[in-house]
Amino acid sequence: MQTQRTRSYSQALHEAIEQEMTRDSNVFVMGQGIDDFKGMYGTTKGLVERFGPNRVFDTPLAEEGMTGIAIGAAMAGMRPIHTHIRMDFMLLAMNQIVNIAAKSHYMYGGAISVPIVIRSVIGRSWGQGAQHSQGLHSLFMHIPGLRVVAPTTPYDAKGCLIASIRDDNPVMFVEHRMVHFQTGHVPEESYTVPTGQARVLAKGDDVTIVGISHAVVECMRAKVCLEQVGIHAEVIDPVWLSPLDVDTIANSVERTGALLVVDSGWTFTGASAEIVAAVGERLQGKKVFKFQRMGFAPVPCPTTKNLEKQYYPDAAGIASSAFSLVRGSKEHWKPEIVDAPEILEFKGPF
Amino acid sequence: MIDRLFRSLFLIRRVEEEIARVYPSDKIMSPVHLSIGQEAISVGVCATLRPEDVVFGTYRCHALYLAKGGNLKAMIAELYGKFAGCAKGKAGSMHLIDTSAGVMGASAVVSSTIPTSVGYAFAEKTRGKDTVVACFFGDGATEEGVFHEALNFASLKKLPVVFICENNYYAIHSTESARRGGPEITAMAQAHGIPAIKLEGMNIEEIIQSVGKAVEEIRNGGGPRFFEIMCYRWKEHVGPNDDFGVGYRKKEEAEPWLANDQVQVVGNKLSEEDRRRIEIAVEAEIAEAFAFAESAELPPDSELLSDIFRTH
Repeated sequence: MQTQRTRSYSQALHEAIEQEMTRDSNVFVMGQGIDDFKGMYGTTKGLVERFGPNRVFDTPLAEEGMTGIAIGAAMAGMRPIHTHIRMDFMLLAMNQIVNIAAKSHYMYGGAISVPIVIRSVIGRSWGQGAQHSQGLHSLFMHIPGLRVVAPTTPYDAKGCLIASIRDDNPVMFVEHRMVHFQTGHVPEESYTVPTGQARVLAKGDDVTIVGISHAVVECMRAKVCLEQVGIHAEVIDPVWLSPLDVDTIANSVERTGALLVVDSGWTFTGASAEIVAAVGERLQGKKVFKFQRMGFAPVPCPTTKNLEKQYYPDAAGIASSAFSLVRGSKEHWKPEIVDAPEILEFKGPF
Repeated sequence: MIDRLFRSLFLIRRVEEEIARVYPSDKIMSPVHLSIGQEAISVGVCATLRPEDVVFGTYRCHALYLAKGGNLKAMIAELYGKFAGCAKGKAGSMHLIDTSAGVMGASAVVSSTIPTSVGYAFAEKTRGKDTVVACFFGDGATEEGVFHEALNFASLKKLPVVFICENNYYAIHSTESARRGGPEITAMAQAHGIPAIKLEGMNIEEIIQSVGKAVEEIRNGGGPRFFEIMCYRWKEHVGPNDDFGVGYRKKEEAEPWLANDQVQVVGNKLSEEDRRRIEIAVEAEIAEAFAFAESAELPPDSELLSDIFRTH
């Protein structure tokens, strides 16, 4: 039996970019520091040597301007991949993303399109703090004309990035620093992961747990804990947040009767609110279900360790919430603290 | 040459006068930002460009669209919200586009097409094309941060862009003195390493000569060039009317500009016979375009949800 080819999430992204740049000379990569010795966590390392500085280049510190420049190049038929080492900096580019990239195809009656991929990384741990840790994907989910994808497995990272590059529309490609270290099966050949399709990571009949971005890693840990008390959770990674695969989630909830959504972001008007509402609309009159949302504490992220720990939902907390959803609010149970090695082992600074 | 310039100037002037005439009927339910008085900049600059060159403009885009050869019928139909419009009725006056004529979509958010024009130029240069991109914006746009970001990148990569700042003195009703503490607009371009020239006096021949030389240099790999061209908006910021009575500016200020109407200046260089012939042809073309827009169909209701993504 052949052993599966294993790669990290970062390596999977690198492979996707390299293969797409080889396939299509219109694909190019730009972003602050992407051609330096670190190469955007390794995801763009060595590309400048292979493809040259016209297709792989550092940019001025000018998020709005450079986003507009990428959009203009896309209007001319190229396929830029614009990278941001932290998602927080995308707030500087909102005008170009929301007013130009998202609207151009519709506003100009289909005359032009904007095939651009905007990569950004949600930071966490080692005191990233209020402005280096935000999960702002729900802001982009709100805007018609944008696709939003947040893959968590190396397999999906590669397949979604290739799909995003080939997409004729703007795609917000959301990464999480804590999933860059995940390893898993990644085929060598080029492949795409279908747009708008969720992935069921684990089967179960008692409760549906949806985890967004890194949160789904904690959800999988929670699932293992829940097995110990006889609760079988179904864990779903939506992968694509827009378009959102409501069918897969709703079908699961119709079976389990309970939905827990855990976001790598705030809950209020966030992705978790949308998912619960969408499932509710789909199932009303068909199935009554219990639901709960979890996410960042409703504050800016603090840096000191004990506060930061409380800020994020962890596997034990997720398991405890799922337990109460299934067994009723009067019953409480919480497993021992579950290790999250990617967080424990992460040494900064970045 | 003169007859082509006059034809373009006269067409734009008369189209916009016709828009202003029709406007009170509410058949055009779109905010219109008229270029009347500023036409010579678009016409002059576009006279120096090739058909395959590309222009990016602002919500005050009628003159640029027509000067670059944008389809008139599609423009008027667009203003009427008709399916035959250049954007199927989804754009209105502020977002005109005609890619076949090299008119990229105009934007209503000030300065937002400056970086996109630079990006387009980057793509053309990267792919070895000798396209020149003309980027039009107003004086107010130079106060936005992204103006500087885009100029810096154009300078850094020596991109084939001619920046055209149409300085009509007012950002809506705000004077330059209320908005600017610093240097001349051309000095800001120069600070980014971009050769910049200020043209005063609104003379289309001077525009053509000066911009034409720059466009040639750009096409030969000389990198970006910048022009600040002084002009005057005759009508209100948005809408079809005069606004000299509302308090922020006086008619006397406009007199020298009205007396230097480039439509008349260029027209007077033609023989009476040639001028008349052009005027008759243009009037017929305009009448036909408005009749077309009147009778064209609205988009089907199903269009609401089409074109949000390109799916083929």
